This record gives sequence, structure tokens and C-alpha cells, in this order.
Amino acid sequence: MSDLALAAFAAETNSHVVEEPRERRFQRFRRGFDEASYRAGLRAQGLRFLGRSDSGYPALLCELHDPPAGLFVRGAAGVELLARPAVAVVGARACSSYGAQVARLLGRELAAAGLVVISGLARGVDGEAHRGALEANGATTAVLGCGIDRDYPAAHAQLAGRICENGLVVSEYAPGVEPAPWRFPARNRVIAGLAAATIVVEARERSGALITADFALEAGREVFAVPGEITSSLSSGTNALLRVGATPLTSAADVLEALGVEPMPQGDELVGETAARVLTALSTEPAGVNDLVAATGLDAASVATALAELELARAVAEAYGLYRAVRPQG
Amino acid sequence: MLARTVTHALVGLDARRVEVEAHLQLGVPAFAIVGLADRACQEAKERVRSGIASAELEWPTRRITVNLAPAELRKEGSGFDLPIALAVLAASRQVPPEALGGHAAVGELALDGRLRPVGGVLAAAEGARQAGLSHLLCAAESAAEAALAGVQPVPLRHLAEAVAYLRGEWVPPPPDPITAASNGNGATPPVPDLADVRGQERARRALELAAAGAHHLLLGGPPGTGKTMLARRLPGILPRLPPEQALEVTRIHSVAGLLAPGRPLVTVPPFRAPHHTASVASIVGGGSSPRPGEASLAHHGVLFLDEFGEFPRNALEALRQPLEDGAVSIARVGGKIVFPARFQLVATMNLCPCGARGDPAAECSCSAARLAAYRDKLSRALLDRFDLVVTVPRPRARELAGSPGEASVAVRERVVPARERARGDPLRRSTPAEELLSRAVERLPLSARGRARVARVAHTAALLAGVEEVAPEHVAEALSYRSPSELGMP
Repeated sequence: MSDLALAAFAAETNSHVVEEPRERRFQRFRRGFDEASYRAGLRAQGLRFLGRSDSGYPALLCELHDPPAGLFVRGAAGVELLARPAVAVVGARACSSYGAQVARLLGRELAAAGLVVISGLARGVDGEAHRGALEANGATTAVLGCGIDRDYPAAHAQLAGRICENGLVVSEYAPGVEPAPWRFPARNRVIAGLAAATIVVEARERSGALITADFALEAGREVFAVPGEITSSLSSGTNALLRVGATPLTSAADVLEALGVEPMPQGDELVGETAARVLTALSTEPAGVNDLVAATGLDAASVATALAELELARAVAEAYGLYRAVRPQG
Repeated sequence: MLARTVTHALVGLDARRVEVEAHLQLGVPAFAIVGLADRACQEAKERVRSGIASAELEWPTRRITVNLAPAELRKEGSGFDLPIALAVLAASRQVPPEALGGHAAVGELALDGRLRPVGGVLAAAEGARQAGLSHLLCAAESAAEAALAGVQPVPLRHLAEAVAYLRGEWVPPPPDPITAASNGNGATPPVPDLADVRGQERARRALELAAAGAHHLLLGGPPGTGKTMLARRLPGILPRLPPEQALEVTRIHSVAGLLAPGRPLVTVPPFRAPHHTASVASIVGGGSSPRPGEASLAHHGVLFLDEFGEFPRNALEALRQPLEDGAVSIARVGGKIVFPARFQLVATMNLCPCGARGDPAAECSCSAARLAAYRDKLSRALLDRFDLVVTVPRPRARELAGSPGEASVAVRERVVPARERARGDPLRRSTPAEELLSRAVERLPLSARGRARVARVAHTAALLAGVEEVAPEHVAEALSYRSPSELGMP
């Protein structure tokens, strides 16, 4: 039962440890390590620890060649959540509004179908995927690349709080571990390891999301990539993934089918006639209100009304004044 | 020999009665002004002496003491020249002292004895009326302004005329009554017309809603898309000021010395556009003897802050009090001064420091840290005041080549009745509208404050539509104006 000691030792020495080291230093540390009081300290902070040798340790994660010694966990959900079928949605931090909107749509629809959405709490695609899952009142798990007691990035502290209400925040790292660039690829292997499939929404070449995809491939998991414009640098990574054989993702249903999950019957919400006209005008490319006024011949007030209706029906999403149809076009 | 005249000193926007006493005594000829007179006021000595000589009157070779009472009140400015001169003349019996009864006086003297107008005559005239004085001696240019307060102005061009009038040798011509012709539409300074804006239907609609509901408006978008151009056209579609508001605005502008000659009453809602390098005091008012700032000068009008994100943070935060209370209060050792500041805030800002966000043709080069810093500058508390937030995209070529937009006059014809209806009972929301609003609160990230904001805009949309009930489409339209905190996302 040395998992916790191993994790605490890694934190103490600021290193990455998954196997018991032969160093004398570790032996000394272990002799002086008071596991009971450490656990009490975790409990006092509302944290839990799930060791590799515990029965609840996710089976999928064990399949990695270097599974973490254990996971620190916070959040209201039980650790059984980690064993439920899950999909990782990852991508660029500096994503485009297209990437953000697709990530949110996927997060929402996958969570609505009962899958757990896993991501890394980062800005951009990660955060949007979490938000989408929360919108659907689904479960979502955030995997941190720093100590479990930190919210990183700080701007997502509130999001982390909302995730904890109904889901989990997990980390391989003990409280007090500072975020460091080299820890994030290790974090990505946990994301890929926990998920049955990994979706890359938007990634540049050499993006961290591609590392996640590599880990997923290594573990023999399904990898999906969302096709993007071939002229956009933000899509170069995902398009390269597609070229080497990733499955193109055209709707959340593709993932559900691959995982054998029944899609939730969810009839598209009906919208009025004016709204349908506006939606048709949006089907080829995103447009602003002024463009829609020109395209439909409606006045600005009616277009605004229609857009709000479509937005409530979650058929369009807005960013910086541009509206985009977010249901995949058949 | 002693004589007295009455004038008024300004404390903020209020006029306080000041008695100017002149006492001539035997002794070495001298001239002293006592009673907390500031520098401009002390210099009155030289102007008064020259003015009296130029009017071919006699400067008494006595020991002259002028006291400005009450002595504890600070007196500032040059408006005391005329009352001091008249007090000296009355004390030396060159004008009959009893003729000064019922008269207040205000005005600056030129060295040749001519009278120059000063700021704050309206406030001084109101002070005179409240003190039961019937006439105000003032410069001819200020006469129309004084008449607004309901006292009889005595328009003077020269000190000699004042003396002739008080001796009963001269009757001043009655001032021109303030008519629509001298003050109405024809004479107002030209406001740029909305017809100049091509396309931008979205922002035009937002401008119309802002005008009809007096909503604060935030225009976001990349540079060069016409945000400023649109904002400058807002006064042209606002209704004229009703008389009591016009008087309030005029009082502030009078104190600031901003009234246009010959057009004393401000009937067009003021439009103030301070630059983003402006100091806090110049925006909300201040100074050792507090003067109204831009926020007060925009009272009942528009305060336009171009490049909102570039203003110093403390200047923006200082605006929160007037946005909340409709007034700025400035505390000084001598007491608190309140300037009204119920303005409509219109602001423009880029969506990121480099300005490329929201422009499909450019790629934003801002780092996450720079973006966060830009966003942090504007507190949510301040951003939440904006009921209407629209992004103004780069116009397409065909929009610019299209026909001119609707003229301001046509838009104002819709705004004016909506504003009038807004004074009545608020409209009820229909049940479907209520349901839509509740659904939106559940589905969108909409706070309680956001809900109230949507309800206000929906109400204005219904008023503009001329219907008796707020319908779902009005709520839906209101929902489409984003909450400002979302501007910086994701």
C-alpha cells in the first residue's frame, strides 16, 4: 500500500514518479511518511485519493504502460464516475469561435447521451467542452496538470467549482504541486487513458491536443478529429490527424455509434417560420445581423428576434457578432 | 459714507447671496477688498478703477474699503466687478443708493468700462428671484439667460449705461423674448445625420432602442467600422428637452460658461465626448472650488466615451456613482456639493487590445495575458450598466455601395412617441413573453441583473412597436443584445 507514499514522494521531490524508485532517499521518505495523518489532511481539504491498487481504480487507466500511482480526486460525484464510459474532448487553448462552438455542442450532446466528458480545464476548447456538458446537466471530469488543490488556469476557478458540483476534478499530483510545462503531456496521458475515445476539436501542428491523440492511439483507443478549413492554421493539426487515419467527426452521433451508445431521442426544437428562414441563410457560412438583413429582406428587429429564438433552441451560437449554425448540416 | 449692492457667489450650482459693502472714509486714498476674495476677485480693483474712469465718472479720493459679506464664503471670479463698481459709485453718491434697492448685479468690467458676460448668470438670477429681488443688472449678452429665471434683466453694454439707468435717465430696451425662432430647431448646431450611415442595420436598431428607452449603449467591434460615427448621431434622434429639463441643463452649462451667445436655453440634449486622457476630475467634476465635470455637462444628454477600455480605470469607476444616483457629490471641507449627472452613457471599445477580434479579415495577435488585462480593466459592475451591447462588424462592400440609410428625422418620429409613452404606466408582459424570459434565464447564462436588463429593453421594443403589451418577440429581440461580460469570451 505504497501508492500514496509514492504520490507524496513525487510531490516532495518535485518529480514524476510512477514506479517505486530504488533510491535510498525514497526509503528514508517512506519510513518517515505518516500515511494516516496525510489522509486525514486530505479529508480535511475535501480531497480523496484513489490508489493504483484500490479496487475502484479505473480499469482503462491501468491499460496505459505507465499508469499514475494514484489519482487525487475532488468533487461531489463518487469515484465510480471514472469507470463510466467517457469521451475526451480536447483542443487548442487559443481556439477560433468555430472550435469553441463545436466543443460546446459536442460536450452538450455527448453528456446528454449519458457519456462522461473528460477534458483538461484549459482555456479554449477544453473549457467549452466542460461548459457544454454542464449545460446538458451531464457529468464531466477535469484532469489537472498541477496539484489537485490548484485551479489552473485561475480564470477557470469558477468553472472548476461548477464541475465539482456534479462531476470530478482529478489530478495525478498531490496538493501543493505547481503547474509546470512538462507536467501537461503527462496530464494528457491521463485524459487519453480515462476515455474510451478522444476527440480533437481544433489543434495547430505540435499542439498538446495531438499529444493526447498520440497517447490515445498508443492505448488503442478511438481518435476522432473535427475537420476544419484547410486554410486555417488552427486546423492544421486536426487535418493532419485525419490524413494519417483518424476518424472524421461530423456529429456527436459518430462517436455514439462507434462506442455503441444509444443516442438520446432528442427531436430538434421547432422554430418559427421567420427563424427557419434565418437559419437557412446561415447554412452556408456564419453571418452577422447586417448580412442576414440583406440576405432575408427582414428588418433588423425581426432578425434579432429570430436569432434569439434560434439561440434558445441551440441551433445557432454567437461570437463577436457573427452567428453560426451549430447543428451539423445534413 | 456707506452703500450696498447685492450679488451672488456660486457654490457648485447654487447661488449664495453676497452683499457688497463699500465704505468711504477720510484718510490716505486707498482701495481694499476684504471678505475672502480670490485672486481674480482682488484684481477687480484695477478693472473697477479703470472702468469708472472710462465711464467719465469720478474715482473717490478716499480710503475705500469694500467688504464682501458673508466673509467666510469664498468668492471667486470676475462677476463681482459690476457690483463693486456700483457700490463705490453709490457710496460716493454718484448714483442714488436707494435706486439700487430690488436690484442684484453681476458682470465683469473691461478697462474701457464695457461689460463682459460671466458664467453662472442663470444661477445668479435664480438666486436673485429667490431673495425677492426683481431686477438683475448684467451684461447685454447675459440678459436672455437671466430672463429664464423669471427676473427682469437690465441689459447693459457699459458701466455708464448702468449709472444712467440708476439715475433714471435711461431705460434699457426690453430683451428679446426667447422664442422658438431664436432657440428652436433652426438655430441648433448641426448634428450629423443618420442618413450618412450605410448598412449597419443592427447598430441602427440598437441606437433607436437606446434613444427610445434612454438605455446605456456599448458598441464593440474592430476599429474603423463606424462605431464612433454611429454614436455621434444619437443626439439627432433624441427628443428635444422638455422645459424643466432644459432649464436644469442650461444652469449647468451656464456655470461652466458653455452657453452659446444669443441662444441661452439648451433645448437639444447635450452630447459630451471627453477624450480618454481626461482626468477623473474633468469627467465627474471636482477641483478646489468644485466645477461640473463632463458627466454633469451631459446631464439629460449623452456622455460618449470613445475607446472605453483606454480610459483610466479610476475615471471609469468614478462614473459608477452618477450612473447609480444620477448625481455626482463632491465632498469638501466646507461641505458637500451635488451636481446632477443623469446622462445616457454611450461607449465604444475594441474587442481586444490589438483590435482584430471580431474582424474576419484579421487575426488577433493578443496573448491570453493581454486579453485578460484588457478585460480586467472594465469591472463587471460597470459593464453591467449597459442594457444594449452590439458588435459593429466591418461593413461589406455592397453595404457601402448601397443607398443612404434612413434619416435621423424619420427615426426621431418613432422615438418621440415611444418616449412619451414611457412616461405612463409600464406595459405588462404577456404570459408567453414571461415564459420566454424564464426559459432564457434557465438556458442562457443570464443573471438576475441580466434578466432585468432584458426586461427593460423588451419594454422599450414594445413601446417602439406601439403595442400595449410586451410580446415574446420583444423579449427575444432584447435577448439578442448580448450581456457585456460575454464580449471578452471565450
